[in-house]
Amino acid sequence: MSEVGTGLRRNVSMVISVILVTFISLTFVGAAILLQSQIGQMKGYWYDRAQVAVYFCTASSDIGNCDLVEATQEQKDLVEAQLTSTTLAPLIDRFEFEDHDQAFARYQEQFSDNEFADFVTPDFLNEAYWVNLKDPTQSDALVESLTGFAGVEEVKDQRKYLDPIFAALNAASITAIGIAGLMLVAAVLLISTTIRLSAFSRRKELGIMRLVGASNRFIQTPFIIEGVIAALIGSVLAAGAVLAIVKFFVQGYLGSTIQTTTAFIGMGDALLVAPILIGIGVVLAAASASVAISRYLKV
Amino acid sequence: MIRFDQVTKQYSSSARPALNSVTLEILKGEFVFLVGASGSGKSSFLRLVLKEENPSRGQIHVLGQELGRLANRKVPLFRRNLGVVFQDFRLLPQKTVFANVAFSLQVIGRSKGFIQEAVPDVLKMVGLAGKASRFPHELSGGEQQRVAIARAIVNRPAILLADEPTGNLDPSTSAGIMTLLERISTSGTTVIMATHDAGIVDQMQRRVIELVSGQVVRDERQGGYQTQSISVTGSGANL
Repeated sequence: MSEVGTGLRRNVSMVISVILVTFISLTFVGAAILLQSQIGQMKGYWYDRAQVAVYFCTASSDIGNCDLVEATQEQKDLVEAQLTSTTLAPLIDRFEFEDHDQAFARYQEQFSDNEFADFVTPDFLNEAYWVNLKDPTQSDALVESLTGFAGVEEVKDQRKYLDPIFAALNAASITAIGIAGLMLVAAVLLISTTIRLSAFSRRKELGIMRLVGASNRFIQTPFIIEGVIAALIGSVLAAGAVLAIVKFFVQGYLGSTIQTTTAFIGMGDALLVAPILIGIGVVLAAASASVAISRYLKV
Repeated sequence: MIRFDQVTKQYSSSARPALNSVTLEILKGEFVFLVGASGSGKSSFLRLVLKEENPSRGQIHVLGQELGRLANRKVPLFRRNLGVVFQDFRLLPQKTVFANVAFSLQVIGRSKGFIQEAVPDVLKMVGLAGKASRFPHELSGGEQQRVAIARAIVNRPAILLADEPTGNLDPSTSAGIMTLLERISTSGTTVIMATHDAGIVDQMQRRVIELVSGQVVRDERQGGYQTQSISVTGSGANL
């Protein structure tokens, strides 16, 4: 144990750099994991609310199958029949019809502070079926089978609006993982260099140890502990940083500025990530230190 | 105790083998001088006995074990039966005499109690009873070599390998070291000493194995440094 202390003191600057590099790389790892779970949470939250809308023609629309003629009751019944048919019914959780007045009420609520709201009359707004799917990823079946129907202006999967947001978040988390990977490589190389230096400065002792028959484990252990201690300090700092990010940035800043109903990750997620980071740090350090020292153990 | 059977050691860096088909046997309690010019294969021989190197061909038996079959992880345990002394002493400069000797026991996991008893005993035996708390740089060359010998024998090894232990010492100091090695030998330890020191070899009149270019050219009981009669025993000597 005292040897570990001397080893750590002897190359302080290397040990500090090991601590910093593991700290930063594991913080990135933690951020990437948290970003992924944030994406997961948002997907779960929004996809539950995302519906497929089957918009019917209005007298003022010529999009899709519409020809400036209001959809007839027959056409609407045909769509409803299709929704309850054996092909589509298994996919559908529930659906409801929204007429002009309901659509107008919802429109006025959503755009109450918008000037246009005053010019819009109920006739402008599409009547629609709002469909909740059991599995939101299977919206294509619904879109394909209903798009061609007479009197249907458009079948729109709301989830499509969200995809670019998730794509952006995903790209961010992949970037974080990439940076984390590079930093971890740097950390591993630094740890093994530090251990080699430490072993080199003690090569006389090591030579004598091998000569008098000290076991490999006896020789190895102080060096591995040395690497693990340095990495452990770095990973504990990283775990602390991740907890602080969630507490002060996500919950404190984002939570108070973005007053939507979006679900943010909580301290529970961060507390789950912390031990993962410490585990990665310790395992990587132990592995790279034992590889580095094995050169001095060859008999 | 030690048996070489048609042992050849070829280093990849040189065309000529360091040892060429060496066959010999050294018995328990023998005192053997290994003589020959630099590069004749003396050090390679010692390294092979220690299993620091593996032979290119042939078999080596040490203490009843065939070294070729000895797993790497068992090498440390095997080496605890061997003591080694070098020309350059190889002491740890920041440790006292006592700590240097104790170090070799600590690292093989001997108890504190054992160390407290064994180290003063062995220091007394090599004639350094009063110098346990000195540092290596405070000692003369001969005294430093005594510390190294103490370290090599404190674990009571069956075999003591000495690679030119008197190479850095003046003749009278060397004589003292030889007396010590002889005493160790009489207590039953096999001593193998590689040396250039003709005076010592001639005076001691022990078994002499002479190597030339990796081959045993002489193996003589009670021989001298110079060849007196060519009495080759064992094969591999075809000069």
